[in-house]
Amino acid sequence: MIALLVGVFLWAVVAALALTAAVRGRGLFKLGVTTGLRDLVYLLPRVAVGVIGSGYIAAVLPQSLIAGALGPQSGLLGTALGTLAGAITPGGPVIGFSIALAALKGGAGTPQVIAYMTAWALFAFNRLVTYEIATMPPRVVWLRALVSLPVPFAAAAMAMVMGKP
Amino acid sequence: MKKPRRATFDWSMIVIVAIVVAAACIVYVRDGADAFLNVLLGDLHLFVDVLPKVLAGCLIGAFVTLLLPREVVTRWVGAESGLSGLLIATFAGLILPGGPLAIYPIGAAFLAAGADVGAVIALLSSWTLIGFNRLLVWEMPFMGSDFVLWRVVGALPFPIILGVLGRIAAKALLPREDAA
Repeated sequence: MIALLVGVFLWAVVAALALTAAVRGRGLFKLGVTTGLRDLVYLLPRVAVGVIGSGYIAAVLPQSLIAGALGPQSGLLGTALGTLAGAITPGGPVIGFSIALAALKGGAGTPQVIAYMTAWALFAFNRLVTYEIATMPPRVVWLRALVSLPVPFAAAAMAMVMGKP
Repeated sequence: MKKPRRATFDWSMIVIVAIVVAAACIVYVRDGADAFLNVLLGDLHLFVDVLPKVLAGCLIGAFVTLLLPREVVTRWVGAESGLSGLLIATFAGLILPGGPLAIYPIGAAFLAAGADVGAVIALLSSWTLIGFNRLLVWEMPFMGSDFVLWRVVGALPFPIILGVLGRIAAKALLPREDAA
């Protein structure tokens, strides 16, 4: 039911945006549709490889090792490991999400995976130095990373308090 | 916002494909063809289920980019300070689509327009933690909607909190002209 409502809502947003674009001009509407479809073509192989591939990666990972280091019982140490892994993960979204999903399938706890994803989102070192430093004043970048450091731990703690999905 | 052209095959993709092919070969040889097919088909339906949402996400991203130029977003925030600046910046991060090449220049434009460090931090944290488009086209297909929902509920307060912390830290650590 919720999934259906989300779907209906999304397509209502698509319709409203497409209508707004169409009113502003036929060219804008067509450009929106072609750009959106081109983005889909770009995304599909990446998502497919990551989603299906992480099943294979999880299957060959040593499950007992993952469950011990990052499992639901790994507590603060597992959260710290997840945070560190997120900070040093290189590359784009395919890599980060594939690792997160493979870890989850391979026995990692939800809070630990949330810590990983939060650290990766907020201060993946590779993204800071390749993209952020290039466009923003370096001092702002380091300040942002500094205040973000405790967030993966807080997010994991919140996930533990809320219970797991 | 002009979108920089992306390579069809970047190195992230090459690395992942190599690892996946190696892992799939190990599963096939070690566990047999049935186990190999189980993994393939087990996740295939999840992937197919989420396709319409990914398509919707792509279209929303494309239209928002076209209908909401960077200048407009920058004007919203402008030199807004206080909580309203943080709230507007968080909202902008939530709705703005695109990758790092699209978002960091907006953060830089915020600074140029007189917004404070807190607003920029709120924008970037919101975009990366709860950005709608990223959730839809990346996280949902990978992690499933339950996981995304839980993670996002937990992450909701952080863009504002980080913006406030950023402001405090900027006053304490950065020289005057940067903190302003």
